[in-house]
Amino acid sequence: MTTEPSPKPGDASTGVTDAENSIELKEVEGLSQGQIVRRRFFRHRGAVISMIVLAFIIVLAFSAVGFDFAVFDLAIKTAGWWQWTWTAIPTPQNGGAPTLSLVPEFLGGDGIRIGDHPFGQDEIGRDIFAVVMRGTQQSVVIMVVVGLIATAIGTVIGAIAGYYRGWVDSVLMRFTDIIITIPLIVVGAVLGLAFGRLGAFVLAIIIGLFTWTGLARLVRAEVLSLREREFVDAARVAGASDRRIIFKHILPNAIGVIIVNTTLLMAAAILLETALSFLGYGVQPPDTSLGRIISENQAAFATRPWLFWWPGVFIIAIALCINFIGDGLRDAFDPRQKRLPNARKLVKQNRESLQRATTAGVTRGAGFQAGGTAVGGVGPSVDTDKDDRPGRSGSSS
Amino acid sequence: MTPTAPADVETVLEVADLGVDFWVDGEYYPAAVGLTYSVRRGEVLAIVGESGSGKSSSSMALLGLLPPTARVTGSIQLLERELAGLGANELRKVRGSEIAVIFQEPMTALNPVYTVGFQIVETLRTHFDLTPAQAKERSIELLDKVDMPDPGTAFHKYPHQLSGGQRQRAMIAQAISCDPVLLIADEPTTALDVTVQAEILELLRSLRTRLDSAIVLITHDMGVVADLADSIMVMKDGEAVEQGTALDIFQKPQHPYTQSLLASVPHLGVNLTEEGSRAGTTRTAEPVLSFQSVSIEYPKRGRVPAFLAADEINLEVFPGEIVGLVGESGSGKTTLGRAAVGLLPIKQGRLVSAGLDISTANARDLRPLRRKAGIVFQDPGSSLNPRMPIGESIGEPLYLAGEAKGSELDARVEDLLDSVELPRSYRNRYPHELSGGQRQRVGIARALALTPELLVADEPTSALDVSVQARFLDLLQELQQRLQFACLFISHDLAVVDILAHRIAVMHRGRLVEQGSRDQILRNPQDPYTQRLIAAVPLPDPVAQRERREQRAATKD
Repeated sequence: MTTEPSPKPGDASTGVTDAENSIELKEVEGLSQGQIVRRRFFRHRGAVISMIVLAFIIVLAFSAVGFDFAVFDLAIKTAGWWQWTWTAIPTPQNGGAPTLSLVPEFLGGDGIRIGDHPFGQDEIGRDIFAVVMRGTQQSVVIMVVVGLIATAIGTVIGAIAGYYRGWVDSVLMRFTDIIITIPLIVVGAVLGLAFGRLGAFVLAIIIGLFTWTGLARLVRAEVLSLREREFVDAARVAGASDRRIIFKHILPNAIGVIIVNTTLLMAAAILLETALSFLGYGVQPPDTSLGRIISENQAAFATRPWLFWWPGVFIIAIALCINFIGDGLRDAFDPRQKRLPNARKLVKQNRESLQRATTAGVTRGAGFQAGGTAVGGVGPSVDTDKDDRPGRSGSSS
Repeated sequence: MTPTAPADVETVLEVADLGVDFWVDGEYYPAAVGLTYSVRRGEVLAIVGESGSGKSSSSMALLGLLPPTARVTGSIQLLERELAGLGANELRKVRGSEIAVIFQEPMTALNPVYTVGFQIVETLRTHFDLTPAQAKERSIELLDKVDMPDPGTAFHKYPHQLSGGQRQRAMIAQAISCDPVLLIADEPTTALDVTVQAEILELLRSLRTRLDSAIVLITHDMGVVADLADSIMVMKDGEAVEQGTALDIFQKPQHPYTQSLLASVPHLGVNLTEEGSRAGTTRTAEPVLSFQSVSIEYPKRGRVPAFLAADEINLEVFPGEIVGLVGESGSGKTTLGRAAVGLLPIKQGRLVSAGLDISTANARDLRPLRRKAGIVFQDPGSSLNPRMPIGESIGEPLYLAGEAKGSELDARVEDLLDSVELPRSYRNRYPHELSGGQRQRVGIARALALTPELLVADEPTSALDVSVQARFLDLLQELQQRLQFACLFISHDLAVVDILAHRIAVMHRGRLVEQGSRDQILRNPQDPYTQRLIAAVPLPDPVAQRERREQRAATKD
């Protein structure tokens, strides 16, 4: 037994530190959860580029030929800046070949110009740029609507099933299983034919009503594990209702799963719409969509390949962008994500910090000071953690 | 206890100027700096320090088991052979055969889909040229060597079929399978109960003499150190602040950090003499919490049969009193705590909590209880919502009870932060920015937000370092004296309960085996289980611990 007059443990904070904030937390020091996610996301180069490209496509599509959407009785119609609309039929020029040229004259091309019909014209003379822009609009609308509907349904069903378990879970999950067993393309074909006339918006709602299943299962799994966490019990002891626990405590913690799967679901929705329209079950004429353009012109593949290229490029670009963004989000939300330095940077850092170590001496303090200042005052560095009882030490309160 | 080995004994490990840095966000941060130490055959070196002090990373560096973001500098010599800078292939040959590791958590360190025997055989056949039959024979021998009960059957068992202590034995058997010259034990007993811990320490001690290999013991538990170590290295913030023989460090600590570290270690039964001052308060009052022959059952789920977690519990907690509930993992103590605040229904008996009979309560009946009872949870990492600022977490009970809103709520939250001695500016921080000790304070602030009559503290310090634990216990005691709430303090650590509690109840396999005043239980335990529990607690003092050990060995025969 120690016989020395040992100081009261609480006062002995001079030597004892609270060094629990490990080095790995350095990266996230002083940042909120949202900031961490944002930082990690913007580090993903593919995702950031995809986001810019997608924003460009959306702005281009909606500004070029103007809005024209009618949902039930509500109709919105605006004019675009492009000279043709997607229904106009100008006289075919030059056999409908694209006038877009990107090769400058000094390289033996036709110079950089856009011309009257950058993407060309089809047999009857419609401007393909305008038509593709219209098709892109449809795809974007479908993507957003499907994303919203499927996320809402999937999250709520998954959360309720996971939270209440028991018979509620059984009923909801068997219902989900039934929806899963119906092939989506068949549902789309039957319902699309019936409701496709009502426009992309209604088609999107129908697709949304059948694509939430995967998300519901993932959210359920996530909720099953989150509901056992102690903060849920803490909320219950605090007197929170079930609804508050689900929506305020559990779902915000499942946000990573939800967002990532929503983006992937949106990409799938675009492809599904394209497939349905290609088969003739999706958006019905006189309206058009990317899949429809391809299917209408499939006979002209040999003679007018641009009728395929342009809608195809836009389908791929949108789906790819969404998938990249989803990938970036998944990385951003994954707490185990650690960034590895690339080899060149590592060597450089290695050299620099070794130099610093030798100049500043090998004392730990010097090394830490250097590290601390490099963080750039983003919140407290380790030093402030030395004493977490300001009341006692009187340093701050 | 000084290293009695003569000078000519072979030095197994010689580490010079070892440094470990981690690359985080474009910058190297040192985890360990300039460590120099050596270990001889048959010697146990204990590396002591709090979490984040670099004790584990520096030891994993010996094996090259650090993530690719780490950079190791300095020299590591194993039997005069330089390990630093060795290629991956050569290093792999060293691992297992010359250096072996015993990890902290045997459940995660053993692969759950293979039998224990398979995993030992795998290690053996990787390093030696053995037929499967020979390897099996050798494995059973090894299991026998680590005192595994019935090694022949245990060979065919999966990790989940073994108890915690048996799993740790299996892992030790695997570690010593190739007669390593150096054994690194990374917190080998932290995940175990005290009685099991005592057995494993016994085993490690006997292995040291039988194998004659060097052991590097990484731990934060001074009791374990006192029991096993010959020499000690104390680490703080990546530096070795003090090195010396076990006796020197314990009796004449030089560095202020070592002194404060030793001072924070709770000693079991040190100040029993001042018992009178802590006698239970007025017993005439109605108890705040009263279990009357209560049974709690986990209902059967699927093929898992129903499990009676607590049976025939009679326990009372009076106003202004702290009752310590002690027991090993799985003894049902947490179950009682959760039932007390209405998180678990009881099967039979009568349970009165904060003046409300909640024996057959449904969610609606429990609502008044929410204002009168609070709970502090065990795991500071999971008890706060990671997506809520801590101010909001603390204010939630107030908000939900309709006590305060808007700026009034903010003021109340700031008061609560003051009372747990956290800066007010922490209100807008998120849990991940706080250390474990700070998070537990937030947990207390939340539990006390509505000034409850009853506070259940469910192992609030088990995830904390000793020094942080000491300060936390101080705070809890201070708050209890000021607010005079009744407290059910659940812990597996007798020494901690000893510091706080007026009365102690001991739980074993779902039953209360003994309860009484602190003095009665610690000084004069009646139940054999309580006696065993108290005897198993390692004392943070090498001399006393050795006496204790000899005594225990004597009583065993």
